[in-house]
Amino acid sequence: MTHCSKRLVRALVAAGLLSTSALAQAQVEIQWWHSMTGALGDRVNDFAKGFNESQKGYKIVPVYKGAYPESMAAAIAAFRAGSAPHILQVFEVGTATMMSAKGAIRPVAQVMKDAGEKFDPKAYLPAVAGYYTTRKGEMLSFPFNSSTTVFYYNKDVFQKAGMDPNRAPATWPEVMAAAARIKAAGASNCAYTTGWPSWVHVENFSTWHGVPIGTRENGMAGLDTVFQINTPLHVRHWNNLREWSRKGYFTYAGRRSEAEAKFYSGECAMLTSSSAAQANINRNAKFKYGVSFIPYYADVATAPQNSIIGGASLWVMAGKKKEEYRGIAKFFTYLSEANRQAEWHQKTGYLPITLAAYEITKKSGYYDKNPGTDVSVRQMNNKPPTPSSKVLRFGSFVQVRDVFEEEMEQMLAGKKDAKAALDASVARGNDLLRKFQKTAKE
Amino acid sequence: MEKRVVFRSWWLPYVLVAPQLAITIVFFFWPAGQAVWQSLLAQDPFGISVEFVGLENFANLVADEHYLASFQVTAVFSLLVAGVGMSVSLLLAVFADRAIRGAGLYKTLIIWPYAVAPVVAAILWLFLFNPTLGVVAHWMRALGMTWDPLLDSGDALALIVIAATWKQVSYNFLFFLAGLQSIPKSLIEAAAIDGAGPGRRFWTIVFPLLSPTTFFLLVVNIIHAFFDTFAIVDAATGGGPGQATEILVYKVYKDGFKALDLGGSAAQSVILMAIVIALTVVQFRYIERKVQY
Repeated sequence: MTHCSKRLVRALVAAGLLSTSALAQAQVEIQWWHSMTGALGDRVNDFAKGFNESQKGYKIVPVYKGAYPESMAAAIAAFRAGSAPHILQVFEVGTATMMSAKGAIRPVAQVMKDAGEKFDPKAYLPAVAGYYTTRKGEMLSFPFNSSTTVFYYNKDVFQKAGMDPNRAPATWPEVMAAAARIKAAGASNCAYTTGWPSWVHVENFSTWHGVPIGTRENGMAGLDTVFQINTPLHVRHWNNLREWSRKGYFTYAGRRSEAEAKFYSGECAMLTSSSAAQANINRNAKFKYGVSFIPYYADVATAPQNSIIGGASLWVMAGKKKEEYRGIAKFFTYLSEANRQAEWHQKTGYLPITLAAYEITKKSGYYDKNPGTDVSVRQMNNKPPTPSSKVLRFGSFVQVRDVFEEEMEQMLAGKKDAKAALDASVARGNDLLRKFQKTAKE
Repeated sequence: MEKRVVFRSWWLPYVLVAPQLAITIVFFFWPAGQAVWQSLLAQDPFGISVEFVGLENFANLVADEHYLASFQVTAVFSLLVAGVGMSVSLLLAVFADRAIRGAGLYKTLIIWPYAVAPVVAAILWLFLFNPTLGVVAHWMRALGMTWDPLLDSGDALALIVIAATWKQVSYNFLFFLAGLQSIPKSLIEAAAIDGAGPGRRFWTIVFPLLSPTTFFLLVVNIIHAFFDTFAIVDAATGGGPGQATEILVYKVYKDGFKALDLGGSAAQSVILMAIVIALTVVQFRYIERKVQY
C-alpha cells in the first residue's frame, strides 16, 4: 500500500467515526434492560430494531442483564449509583417492590400523558392490566410478556396407555387416574411433573378454585395482608401431591422451568407450567401433544374460576430527561400496536396483551390452525375475576415463593406432612410480609 | 554481627507500603465498614426510605430458626470439604511423589481443575449427576441406587461437597507435593534401614513433618468452604431442597441480591466476617502450637 492511499484510508475512517458519533449525539438513547434469552431475546432485539428504523429521533438500546432477579438487582444498584436504565423489565413477583418505590419509578400512565401519546388502559386485557394498576386506577407499568399456567399432555403416551388422546383430564383425580394407567401400561417412566411449584400449586391453584391466597384481596387492598393458604382445600391438594409423589405418579423437577424439558424430551407425560413454554415445546417435542385447562377439584363449588398471570412488565425509571421520556412513550406506542402485539402473542405463546391483538389473532384463524394456543386466554377469562382471583400483590414475594417451595420440598421429602408444611408457609410468609410492611410506604 | 537494613529517609517505607494499604482500605475496610453500617439500617431496596434500627436486623436473625439451621449446614459442609479435599489430595500427592514414569503428566492433570471457575465446576458436576441427563446418575440407577438431589437433602449436600472439593484438590495437591519433596530422603531411608514399613514411615515421619503444610491448608480450605462456594451452591442446588444446602455465604447472597433485603443480608455478612476472624484466630493460637516447623 502506498503512503498516499494509507492516508486516504485513515481520513475515511476518521470521517466515518465522526459521522456516526454525530448521528449518535443527535439521537436520544434509551436503555432497555431485559431478561429475555434465546428466541425471546431475538424478538426483543427485533422490537428495538424495528422502532429504531421507524424514526430518527430516538434509539432503543436493549441490554440483556441476566435472569429476572439479577437484572432487577442490577437496576437497583444502578439506581443507587445514579445510573439507572430508562426501561426495566421486572417479573411479576417484583411488582409490589417496584410499586412501593415511589421515588424510583415513573408511572407509565403519566409518561404517556406527559408525552401526549394516546394511551387507553381499557385497551388491555383487564386481567393483565389489573396486575399493574393501583387501586386508584393508575397504570404503573407497561404490560409486556404475560403468561399463565396451562396443562400439557403427551397424546402419544395417552394412546399407548389406551386412553383417548383427544380428551385431556379435567380434574386432579382424572389426572391421577391417567397417571396410574400410564405407569401401569409402562407407557412412560414419569407421569406428571410441574414447573414453578408455587405459582402453579399455590397461587394459580387458589385463584382457579376461587379461594383467596391472602386477605385484603390478595394484598391488593393493603399491606396488612396475611396468607390464607393453609385451608383444608390447600392441605388436601398438597397432601395429594405428596401421595402421588410417593406412588411415583408425580415427579418433582425443581423450582423453575426445569420440568418443561422433562416434558418435551418425552420423559414425562403430563406437565403444568407456563403457557409461554409452548414455543419451546413446539420446537423440541417429537410427539403430538395437547394443551388444556389446569385441573381442579370438581367438588369445590367455586371452581374453576380464572387463572392469573406471570411474566413481566416494563417499568420506567424516575429522574430522566423530558426528551427521553418522550422517546419511551413513543416506543410504548410502537409496542402496543395491535398487529405487533398479535405477532408477539402468536410467536411466543405469551398472552395477547390487548383485546385488539386477541381479536386479530382470532379472526386470522390462528387458533383454529393451532389448537391449544387460545387455552391461556380462555382460562384467564373463564369467569369474571373476583376480588380474590384478580391479582396478587404481596411484598417480598421473591422470598415468599422460596419459602413456599422450601416447605413443599420438605413435605415431598417426607420430612413434614401437608398441614405442617402449609402452616409453616403461612407463618414464615407472614413474617416476611410484616417486615416488608415496615419499610414500604403506601 | 547482625546486619540490619535501615531506610535512610523516614517516609520511604510508608510510600512503599502505601499501595498495599490503599488496596486493603479500598477493597476491605471500606466495604466492611459499609456492611457494618448497612446492618444497622432498615431500608427498601431502592434506598428511598432508610431508617436506623440499631441491632434489630441482628435480633431478627437470632430469632430465625432457619438462620440458625444454616450454621449447622455450613459447619457440616466446611468440615466435609476440608476433610475430604485434604485427604484425597494428600493421597494423590503421596502417589505422585512416588511415581517414576509420567510424573509430570499426572501432576498436570491433577492441577488442571484449579483453573476452572467455581460455577463451571458446579455445572459440570450437575450435568454428571443430573437425575435426567447425567451419566453418573444413569449408572447409579443401573446399580439400583436412588439418587435425587432435588428432594433428598443428603444427595444435594453430597453433590455440592464433591463439586467444591474437586476444585480444591488441585490446590491442596500442589502444596502437599511441595511439602513431601522438601522432606529429606535421608530421614526416610534411615527409618527404612531401622525396619519401619511404608505405613509406619508415613505416619511417624512424613505426616508430622508435613504438619505446617497441613495446617496452612486447613485454614485455606475452611475459608474456601465458607466464602468461595456460593457460586457452586447457586448453580448446583440453589440452596435446596428445603434449605438443606443453604450455607451462610449463599444466604447472604440470596437475601441481599435476590430478595433485596439489604439490612438482613448486611447483618449476616457482619456475622460471617466475625466468624471467620474468630476461626482464624483460634486456628493460629491453638492449632498452630501443635504444629512442628
